[in-house]
Amino acid sequence: MKIMDEWLPTWILLAPLIGIILLLLTPKQKSMIHRVIGILATLPSLCLAIWMYLQFDQALDEWQWIKSVHWFQIPIGFDHAWEFTYHMGVDGLSMPLVLLTGIISTLAAIASLYIKENTKRFYILFLLLETSMLGVFLSANLLLFFIFFEVTLVTVYFLIGQWGYFRRERAANHFLIYNGIGSGFLLFAMIGILVTCETLEIPMLDERISALMAGDPAIFWLIFLAFLLAFAIKLPIFPFHSWMLRVHVEANPAIVMIHSGILLKMGAYGLLRFGVEWFPTFMKEAAFVLAIFGLINLFYGAILALVQKELKRMLAYSSISHMGIFLLGLAALNQIGLQGALFQAISHGLISALFFFLVGSLYERTKTTELQELSGIAKITPIFSGIFLVAGLALLGLPGLSGFISEFFSLLGLFQQLPILAAIGAIGLVFAVSYALRAVLKIIWGPTHERWQQLSDLRPFEWIPMMVIVFLIIAIGIYPDLLGKPMETTLQTIALRIGG
Amino acid sequence: MDAITNINWMYLAPEFIILSAAALLLLIDLVLKPQISRRYFGIFSLISLIWAGIYVGWLFDKKERLLGDTYLLDSFSATAKLLLLTAVAFVILITLAFRNQDFEAVEGEYYYLLLLATLGGMVIVSSADLITLFVGLELLSISSYILVGIRKTSESGPEAAWKYFVMGSVASAFILYGMSFLYGFTGSTNLFTIKSETLQISQSGYVLYIYLALFFIIFGFGFKIASAPFHTWAPDVYQGAYTSIASFLAVGSKIATFCFIFRFFIGEWHVILQPILLIVASASMIIGNTVALMQTNVKRLMAYSGISQMGYLLIPLAILGNLFMESTFYYLLAYLFMTMGAFAILFLVTEDAKSDEISAFAGLYHRSPWLAFLMSVFLISLAGFPITAGFLGKFYILMDTLHSSLQYRWLVAIMIITTIISYVYYFRLIRQMYLRKPVKTEAFPISWPVGLVVLISFIGTIGLAIMPNWTMEIFSQIKMFV
Repeated sequence: MKIMDEWLPTWILLAPLIGIILLLLTPKQKSMIHRVIGILATLPSLCLAIWMYLQFDQALDEWQWIKSVHWFQIPIGFDHAWEFTYHMGVDGLSMPLVLLTGIISTLAAIASLYIKENTKRFYILFLLLETSMLGVFLSANLLLFFIFFEVTLVTVYFLIGQWGYFRRERAANHFLIYNGIGSGFLLFAMIGILVTCETLEIPMLDERISALMAGDPAIFWLIFLAFLLAFAIKLPIFPFHSWMLRVHVEANPAIVMIHSGILLKMGAYGLLRFGVEWFPTFMKEAAFVLAIFGLINLFYGAILALVQKELKRMLAYSSISHMGIFLLGLAALNQIGLQGALFQAISHGLISALFFFLVGSLYERTKTTELQELSGIAKITPIFSGIFLVAGLALLGLPGLSGFISEFFSLLGLFQQLPILAAIGAIGLVFAVSYALRAVLKIIWGPTHERWQQLSDLRPFEWIPMMVIVFLIIAIGIYPDLLGKPMETTLQTIALRIGG
Repeated sequence: MDAITNINWMYLAPEFIILSAAALLLLIDLVLKPQISRRYFGIFSLISLIWAGIYVGWLFDKKERLLGDTYLLDSFSATAKLLLLTAVAFVILITLAFRNQDFEAVEGEYYYLLLLATLGGMVIVSSADLITLFVGLELLSISSYILVGIRKTSESGPEAAWKYFVMGSVASAFILYGMSFLYGFTGSTNLFTIKSETLQISQSGYVLYIYLALFFIIFGFGFKIASAPFHTWAPDVYQGAYTSIASFLAVGSKIATFCFIFRFFIGEWHVILQPILLIVASASMIIGNTVALMQTNVKRLMAYSGISQMGYLLIPLAILGNLFMESTFYYLLAYLFMTMGAFAILFLVTEDAKSDEISAFAGLYHRSPWLAFLMSVFLISLAGFPITAGFLGKFYILMDTLHSSLQYRWLVAIMIITTIISYVYYFRLIRQMYLRKPVKTEAFPISWPVGLVVLISFIGTIGLAIMPNWTMEIFSQIKMFV
């Protein structure tokens, strides 16, 4: 068991690769086998991630399951070399996100059952994507983080470009270019960190940066801004959001589950990890601007979501709006606000995954997601409509569901710092109620169109995974400590450093 | 005469092996009946290249000045020669798979000219004297002109050869003119004497002439390695020449010339040269990557891609940071693997489709998933995505640049931005392979020599990224005469 324990993050990372090897050995036409392998291959990672979560020492504010292996070095001068390591581990910030990745990957693999073409290739890419996403959150070395970050870019490019809707290729190109620019900033920041701090080990860097910052803050401002821009594009923050709309609308719903559920959260993770944790003083100076951008995101997304005529587009704008709340929590820069931000990242990940699962199953039956054409399907498909309603209520932040907790924490945190902005932000939540209810009610109630009389309801393979998400959303909603405890100690330490 | 009689001729074994192989092939070609196939010339050339490579490896640690200080033997030139020989071996392997009636008529010439060009390259990287250098350079260039022109039946072949010849001669003339200035100042053709004396001369009021001389030389060499703004010949020539020759020009000839530039520019006069090198590097990155966006012909695309890669490669030379030797050779090796791999697949695809257009790649995935996958790896490496040598090579260069001085931020910014621009055209090719329907449906024939090139290149591209330490350690041992 020792080897199991010591290398746990690596096992989580490598488990999906077994599925890839098996898939390579199966013939091209056997779609059913590909699907079974694809879904089963996500399970070991999920189980190990849950096990890790249960074993996670909540009182410790350090990295856990650290495993570091020398990879290569670059000699600088005669007796001095920069070490690069394969370095894995988790802390309170990444632990919840690893778990989220495990859960949503499995569910998205199930949601991918709707995919009919080239299933072998799809699941190979899908599992590669899962590995790289887990790698992003498990890396304790910035170079490793960057490598996995880039691998997600390439795999998602293929996944959007091949299995989406009509204008999928354009969406894939936009995705590639915008995120390419983002990773360009990230590369710049990484090299900046390397040449100034001479290491890329994430656990060591926060102290080293604060020590060096006293000497020459100018270059660190540049690095900080590069990090900020890189993850602002990923999140996305207001002027950089157009690629994300295209992806939401044009990609296959199963991919959007991953994209909206996890990939956008890499931006959130990056802002917390490399923004707040490494540059607390700069973050403090930027907090007001971030809060303003948070409000812009919140209102812009919400107002545009209100007028959309198509469900996926509405959800895309609502994602922008929700990331606004994340930014508000981030800008609070106190423990409760940061907790709210991380809660928001996870809660929104779950909610949007649920929604796009529903969208996928809806499109499978109706071949349309236009709000104009859909109405009154509650009578014909009660299970679908029930889950859809819960998802809608979670989206608008009903107390008792996870969305409420995260919005509440974020705004509560901000109230302590910038009460006026927090008050304006609270008004924005009203919009959430209107756009969420508008879409949900329009689809499930109202007169039933003749076209939808023959609609079939959800089958067990669809509603069981959906119920899992619903259960999680409710569980977090009524017992936030389930998620809050592991991150508490880490966030406490960060908040203390900001205060001090 | 002492200089010539008192040397260990074993030191020149690699050059003599190539020379005798070329001479032997020339003679056999002369006496052999025209209807007999010259295919075995290729295998013979391959053996001579490997043999020469073994000798180069054996001489790796020697540090000698031969023939009256005109010819150098150091680990720098040995590494450069090994890269060159590998590249030429790849070119010959690709050629072995080439079946074409027009080509078979000139096959004999093809192999010995290629060997002579290789010899020229080997002389260039070892030369420490302007005259030796020029002999090597012309041997390489003139052989290359003929090799381009060997494709007589294609419309664009003779045009390409003519363009290459005229512009190449002008470039050679510029180099010669610049050299005559240097000789005039110092009274010597020896590189080291010139280097040590020019700085004194520049202080005595002739600085403008030094600039002029160096500008002429940079102009000429800039042409030979196809860096902007001296790049315009490359797309036309690549398009007109046989794919194997295009790959030789893109890799072999560039590596040889680049390594000499390296030796030539390092030294005390680097201060004078740095601004020009920075301009050429930036121009190559910007022009190469932006003009590539508009290309619909794959060979032209590869030409522009090569121009931008030269831009990246010139950065360590312009900056001379701590790691300039390691990062340059690492990137050269990565460039060798990824470009040769891409050219090998490009050769297969264009031969099959009888077209050089991007659309020749349409639906390659459906016909040969492995080939499409490998091509994607090479393109992704050229674009600089991780887990490939291309990424780590760029990472080294960027890191070295920023580490040597923060004032080169703008250069780092140009490199990152142009890299992102390059995603567009590399991925356009990838899109063709995966997202378009193929014109033909039958499986793709892959002959073993090309398959070997692709396999080795793939292992190199990925292996260099996973185990960079191994190569970096070798490259950090490289010593050169300065």
